[in-house]
Amino acid sequence: MTSSLIKRGSAAIVGAAESDLGEVGPGYTPIDLMAQAVRRALDDCGLALSDVDGLFCATSQSRLSGLALAEYLGLPEAYVDSTSTGGSSFMLHLAHAQMAIAAGACKVAVIAYGSTQRSLGRKNTSAAEPNPYESPFKPFMPPTAYALAAARHMHEFGTTREQLAEVAVAARQWALLNPVAWEKKPLTVEEVLGARMVSYPLTIRDCCLITDGGGAIVVTSAERARGMRRPPVYVLGAGTVTTHHSISSMPDLTHSGARRAGEIAYAMAGLRPADVDVALVYDAFTINTILFMEDLGFCAKGEGGAFVSGGRIAPGGTFPVNTNGGGLSYCHPGMYGMFLLIEAVRQLRGECGARQAAGAEIALAHGNGGVLSSQNTVILGAAHTV
Amino acid sequence: MMAPAAQSPYEVYLGHLREGRLAYQFSPAADRAVFYPRVLCPYTGSTDLQWRVSKGLGTVYSTTVVYPRDGAPYNVALIDCDEGFRLMSRVEQMPAGAVAIGMRVSFQVHANGDDPYPVFHPVTVA
Repeated sequence: MTSSLIKRGSAAIVGAAESDLGEVGPGYTPIDLMAQAVRRALDDCGLALSDVDGLFCATSQSRLSGLALAEYLGLPEAYVDSTSTGGSSFMLHLAHAQMAIAAGACKVAVIAYGSTQRSLGRKNTSAAEPNPYESPFKPFMPPTAYALAAARHMHEFGTTREQLAEVAVAARQWALLNPVAWEKKPLTVEEVLGARMVSYPLTIRDCCLITDGGGAIVVTSAERARGMRRPPVYVLGAGTVTTHHSISSMPDLTHSGARRAGEIAYAMAGLRPADVDVALVYDAFTINTILFMEDLGFCAKGEGGAFVSGGRIAPGGTFPVNTNGGGLSYCHPGMYGMFLLIEAVRQLRGECGARQAAGAEIALAHGNGGVLSSQNTVILGAAHTV
Repeated sequence: MMAPAAQSPYEVYLGHLREGRLAYQFSPAADRAVFYPRVLCPYTGSTDLQWRVSKGLGTVYSTTVVYPRDGAPYNVALIDCDEGFRLMSRVEQMPAGAVAIGMRVSFQVHANGDDPYPVFHPVTVA
């Protein structure tokens, strides 16, 4: 849902930055990476740490990450929100920050993320949460949940493994245009299909990377955003839906909550799918991009497989999707949503160089959390869209 | 003074499994099945939930084969039981990769020391 405190264009992202990505090495903590990204995002917009009075953050590696970040940055009186909805947390934080700024609870908010899951190993960075109704069957989570959605999509709509592979290939092509992307070599459909099977129909190349990394964005009111170092990127719409927690409770595996989240965000923005110039969607697995193209209205339900094929969403295609290379080929430290927001900001500022979507004025960033559980859509616009 | 806690929803479910039954809840207010078992109906908020025993017949809603780095591949499936609830399970007595969406399956208890859990076998048409 959204609140009446969220008004189209009332807040703007004025700074955005990644921390170091990839494999940061022993000893780094997720809060180190948050702080590094916050410092860079503040430098991006020209604000000082002492200007910050709102802290929003999440990471699977810190149970009280809001406290850890407030301590680390030395901001004892900051408004703190460390809500976690998994990888979509940062879209939720953006909506919460917009509300907090509108309500006067803070003036300059930073939203931060950090993870060292590659350096530490995944098993050491996410607490196991046994579910007596699922754990006995040893689903390999999260891939098995997405595999079940993919299998059902293939059954209902005739989607093929080759079409899933097209998503990975397009992401790789974008990644080759992004200097900080993890993957550096081209990828073919045949290589995706022939890779090690993880949970049928998903091979290791249908699954996201496991990297370290962090990021931060700086958010303030539209009024204060004017005159910063970089052009403001306005929050035009935001929608949040939680359909389930466990995959066995997902109402319909081929229709995600992204449909409703997108409807809410589009309604607030006064925009339609056809108005979106560049889409950044949470591609933890190849089926995600197909589901989200459908559920966010870029194609009809069931046609996602055909939609992502033939290079349409790849560099040179007619609809740029996941221009940073995605969670599949650029970076995926576990809660990837932050990087969708950073790339959306850069696209709307026209900073993306070889991967720039020409004339991008409206960007959609769609976060996914849990196992297709939390769906958070954010629509962002360049200056004259407000 | 508080009354002693009633048996948890999971303990009731487990008690049925130990006796070889697949139990679920039914919400009269919502007129539909509720699964996993809870202390209130998620459709209405009512705490009036009846325990019922499934006939144990269902249809495979989705299926996957998990390929562990060590060990044999195995099936994980979502089963839609005829009474209108879905659960995660495993279809046994056939190759993991041969389990297909739409297949009719029947419930069996899997018990070997740990908490029992429901698995399914293919329904053989006479």
